[in-house]
Amino acid sequence: MTKAFAKMLIVFAAALLIGAPQAAQASDLKGDLEIFSWWAGDEGPALAALIDIYKKQNPGVNVINATVTGGSGVNAKAVLKTRMLGGEPPDSFQVHAGQELIGTWVKADRMEDLTPLFKEQGWMDVFPEGLIKLIGTENGIWSVPVNIHRSNVMWYVPANLKKWGIEAPKTWDDFFAAAEKLKAQGVEPLALAQNWTANHLWESVALASMGPDNWDALWSGGLSFDSPEVVKAWELFGKVLQYTNSDASSLSWQQATDMVLDGRAAFNIMGDWAAGYMTTTKKLMPGKGYGWVPSPGTSGEFMFLADSFGLPKGAPHRDNALAWLKVLGSREGSDTFNPLKGSISARKDSDLSKYNDYLKSAAKDWAGDRVVGSLAHGVAANETFMGGFASIMEMFLKSKNPQAASKACAQLAKKAGI
Amino acid sequence: MREASRDKWKAFLTLLPSMILIGVFVYGFIGNTIWTSMTDWGGVGSLALVPEKNFVGLENYIDLFTGFLGSGFRQDLVNAVYYSVMLLAGAVGLGMFIAILLDQKPKGEDVLRTIFLYPMSLSFIVSGTIWRWLLAPQGGVNVLPKYFGFEPLNFKWLSSQSAVLVFNWQDILRILVSFAAFILILTGVYMLRKDQSKAIKRWLVPGIALGAFVWLFGDIIPSALFMEEEHGFNLATLGIIIATIWQYSGYTMALYLAGFNGISQDLRDAAMLDGASQAGYYRHVAIPMLKPITISAVIILSHISLKMFDLIFAMTGPDNAATGHPALTMYLTTFRANDFAKGAAIAIVLFLIAAMFIVPYLIGQYRQRGRR
Repeated sequence: MTKAFAKMLIVFAAALLIGAPQAAQASDLKGDLEIFSWWAGDEGPALAALIDIYKKQNPGVNVINATVTGGSGVNAKAVLKTRMLGGEPPDSFQVHAGQELIGTWVKADRMEDLTPLFKEQGWMDVFPEGLIKLIGTENGIWSVPVNIHRSNVMWYVPANLKKWGIEAPKTWDDFFAAAEKLKAQGVEPLALAQNWTANHLWESVALASMGPDNWDALWSGGLSFDSPEVVKAWELFGKVLQYTNSDASSLSWQQATDMVLDGRAAFNIMGDWAAGYMTTTKKLMPGKGYGWVPSPGTSGEFMFLADSFGLPKGAPHRDNALAWLKVLGSREGSDTFNPLKGSISARKDSDLSKYNDYLKSAAKDWAGDRVVGSLAHGVAANETFMGGFASIMEMFLKSKNPQAASKACAQLAKKAGI
Repeated sequence: MREASRDKWKAFLTLLPSMILIGVFVYGFIGNTIWTSMTDWGGVGSLALVPEKNFVGLENYIDLFTGFLGSGFRQDLVNAVYYSVMLLAGAVGLGMFIAILLDQKPKGEDVLRTIFLYPMSLSFIVSGTIWRWLLAPQGGVNVLPKYFGFEPLNFKWLSSQSAVLVFNWQDILRILVSFAAFILILTGVYMLRKDQSKAIKRWLVPGIALGAFVWLFGDIIPSALFMEEEHGFNLATLGIIIATIWQYSGYTMALYLAGFNGISQDLRDAAMLDGASQAGYYRHVAIPMLKPITISAVIILSHISLKMFDLIFAMTGPDNAATGHPALTMYLTTFRANDFAKGAAIAIVLFLIAAMFIVPYLIGQYRQRGRR
């Protein structure tokens, strides 16, 4: 009896000894961590993988995964605002990096400066300098970017293009020439979906029309919205719209992508989450099942958007949240999350072998291209501008008046303080 | 006497909690929203712990109705008016029709009643999603004729870009005045039979004068906008109207059916004995007797149509000018664009329109009670 007990004690001690080094690695943080995001659905597994890493490092913390569904956070953002106004911030929340975060939360003095964390973790060197500038202001850095998506990508099915006898266009003029051929064969040249995808298309067209320098000047206030450059961009956009499907407003972006995959339409301009959809959901091989080029007239330019997490002032479990941000910015965290999400890592030192062909090519462009910020996804302008722009877009879709649209944009920019 | 006053005290004390709660949570917040709508709370820094708010008077309202950027809101308002009118006509008409049919006591009346009433128990999000699928461009209703050997329809129920009954927003004041003149004349003609001199003095003369004034000197009335802006009834709203009528005609049916059942059989027999036909009975006896029911149906439905949000959100999503509604714009302006002041202004405009329906009704009720 006592012998057995002693044996058990020895086994127990041994187990403790073996377990000890691991226990030392894990932190002794306790309590809850509430993460607020809109990553449910297709993006859920990627977030879950991150949470797994976090739980391994901080076994004592109970993670509350608070998600509010809805693409690009339409519903989540409203819920977040009511929570913040009610004085009940989550520990860390997802937000589009750039002006969407800065205009709404930083200017309202609701975020903590993360510069010390960036310095402590050595992130100042691993994240591209241009990116750090776009997610920060002169007073600090406000969020940890988790992923990078590209907005200006044109998708197609290589076999279909061969069948129709066209090539992927390099400029919009190429596109218009190809579009005539496609129309003659009864194929819709460009698939479009509901309102926000029109905004998405607009930014690619406008970037092609005015070039990256003017684009940047537009958002820093150096170029006015009623200048001829912007009017020209709206004109070009109006012309492109003639080659899109007329039932656009009742389609989701996935349905627009489906039109390309079914061969009902030839091209679609969508962010590279479409690659994730085609690879994961539709089981297509990048490069074979679907092909991509930068949207016409924007080769050598990378219009980016990023999801990031920030630390609100008054977070109930600040230490746990900081540990969460460390996971997000780490190489391990970022290389676990991004291949699943279908995006690339913001870090310069990511392990490319984990990524598929599309993502490898995007990572190469990210390192070499001129980087500009996306409007439709919150990098370039604050939410006041974005919200108003959506209704200007609706008016343009109806009236097709480039002058009026530019003027309305100029008024809106004044109101939004750009 | 003492007994009565003690009763009054008891009544007052019992009502007090709800009076306080309603005072704070309904009227207090209405007041707060009115105040917010007169400030410039919005834009950068609007979500600070202590946001900066300055009093700007009616600027937000002026912006909405005459400003360059208010064009989306104006389209939504026009949509909402057309939507309300069509919904009222459709739901009351269809509901009454079904009620009359069921009033004939066909076999299985109770089963049919449940079937017709059932759509109302669905949530708008559910019925919106179902109808969105049914009205998809290449599916549902549009392929229905195929089963009967016809060509499929290709009407875009929810994404049509065309509009009818288009007018220029610059003329809105002229149109409103003409409309008022039209209503005055119409009431006058209706009253002519009852009280001739009063009808002419009170209704017809002012109505004709107003109409003539707009007709002749309409240019004096200022234009509401510095440029042309066309708004109309977007055909894409048809899909949403159909879905709402589907959901609510069962409700009006139930209201009318209850009313019909409440009319005593004697009255019906008397009408029949006097030689009234079925149609005559409903036209001259039953429906006039159900005027209170019609009024409450109109008020409830107009409120529903003015507050409509979830059905439209589920069927056509946000940022869809063709089917927009002020309630959606209010939500997006406030919680997406962070423009709290303008969102509050939109909310107040909606509130006032709703009040336009309910206040005359309340006054009428009050007077009736006074007369009794």
